[in-house]
Amino acid sequence: MTERSQAGELSGTDRPLIRLDGVNKWFGPLHVLQDVNLSVNRGEVVVVIGPSGSGKSTLCRTINRLEPINSGTITFDGQPLPAEGRALARLRSEVGMVFQSFNLFAHKTILENVTLGPIKVRKEKPESARQRALALLDRVGIASQANKFPAQLSGGQQQRAAIARALAMQPKAMLFDEPTSALDPEMVGEVLEVMTSLAADGMTMVVVTHEMGFARHAANRVIFMADGQLVEDAPPAEFFANPRSERAKDFLSKVLTH
Amino acid sequence: MDVFSDPRNIDATVSGFLWILKLTGASAVLALVLGVILAAMRVSPIPVLRLFGAAWVNIFRNTPLTLIIFFCYFGLYSTLGLSLSEDLNLNIYWLGVIGLSTYTAAFVCEAVRSGINTVPAGQAEAARAIGLTFAQTLRIIVLPQAGRAVVAPLGSILIALCKNSTIVGTIGLMESSSVMKDLINSYGNAGILIFAVFAGVFALLLIPTGYLFGWLANRLAVRR
Ligand SMILES: Nc1ncnc2c1ncn2[C@@H]1O[C@H](COP(=O)(O)OP(=O)(O)OP(=O)(O)O)[C@@H](O)[C@H]1O
Ligand SMILES: [Mg+2]
Repeated sequence: MTERSQAGELSGTDRPLIRLDGVNKWFGPLHVLQDVNLSVNRGEVVVVIGPSGSGKSTLCRTINRLEPINSGTITFDGQPLPAEGRALARLRSEVGMVFQSFNLFAHKTILENVTLGPIKVRKEKPESARQRALALLDRVGIASQANKFPAQLSGGQQQRAAIARALAMQPKAMLFDEPTSALDPEMVGEVLEVMTSLAADGMTMVVVTHEMGFARHAANRVIFMADGQLVEDAPPAEFFANPRSERAKDFLSKVLTH
Repeated sequence: MDVFSDPRNIDATVSGFLWILKLTGASAVLALVLGVILAAMRVSPIPVLRLFGAAWVNIFRNTPLTLIIFFCYFGLYSTLGLSLSEDLNLNIYWLGVIGLSTYTAAFVCEAVRSGINTVPAGQAEAARAIGLTFAQTLRIIVLPQAGRAVVAPLGSILIALCKNSTIVGTIGLMESSSVMKDLINSYGNAGILIFAVFAGVFALLLIPTGYLFGWLANRLAVRR
């Protein structure tokens, strides 16, 4: 609890960007998040792993309040998450989110997907939004696809476009919920590459993934979740070399053998 | 003299169908606006609004239109004194428009809502995740994609509305079916011809409408 008492004194860039305190969440009778405490500092890359149904997606989605919580507090950049309305929309615009199924807007071109948020949410001038969007599409390697519709792109290209769309909001943090799980194996690499370069550039990231290679190389911390609880929280080298809990050992023996 | 060689009968017929077009036009616009608002209420995160939308749909979709039109005349006008125009016909016309659009909005709401349900939930989630408000999400992301699924049923609703508008004849507007009844009373031996002409005009108006909406639905298709 020393950490908590310090939090008030820390300011600016020292205080955690994302902080969950005693968070509980139920889906009906199902206790999906059980007294979860987590803090993520600026520039930190936290990878969340764990068996299916352990609550990883739910955890990720509570951070921008796509899922409301039943008790506990979540603060982002020092502010408790607003409950609803414009304040919540503003918070969400500061937290980029990348989904397993890409969720690009199907009736808009790739370029429009990327410029929509800046124009409609940030009220940016269309021309400057377009310039930035093209630069971002270039950064993720799909500048040539700008005027196509999502259905015309491969999965890997769509996911890179979705990352560009999130980056266009100049978010303070990015949430990834199994960004490569819906991809054909040959496309996983191109998406992980973009994510690795983001991590290297100092983006604060929470990444739910089954890509242990990414966890080893890009993460500052690995969190192992099981049954709605954060069971382990350790630097990747330590976690993979000697997981403390039986459940983590068991999980790793399953995922690392194939 | 033949029914349709008397210019007075032609005039009455044309004026009857003009009333139908005017009833349909005004009611369609009002029902569309109202129906979309009701659908937005039904998918909104605010419970009171959801309840209001559901109540509207359940009440007006399950009440015979004749009752609603009678209520507009005998309830709103005769009893409550709501007069919408000095002109007798225009007053009945506007009372009819209120009844028709109240009723039709319930169907529009359900068509729009089921169209909204065809749009994958991830679309709205992604929209919220970049900071769009509920209204922006609906207007910019969800409704445009619901288009295809909504347009075809909206066509059917419009066609039904056009035919339903003959009910306003029961509260005294000389719309097409009332004109037809008068003509049949005066020209009993030409009854079948009169029926055929009136039915034919409706078909002429409505069959292209159906095709137009089918074509629109295909144009608005979104590739996934
Ligand atoms: N909207 C919902 N309503 C009811 N139950 C839900 C809902 N979303 C998730 N759950 C349940 O909550 C639990 C945690 O789900 P969650 O999606 O967070 O798990 P996960 O760790 O992301 O799993 P996976 O690896 O399969 O994606 C699961 O048992 C799931 O069935
Ligand atoms: Mg999940």
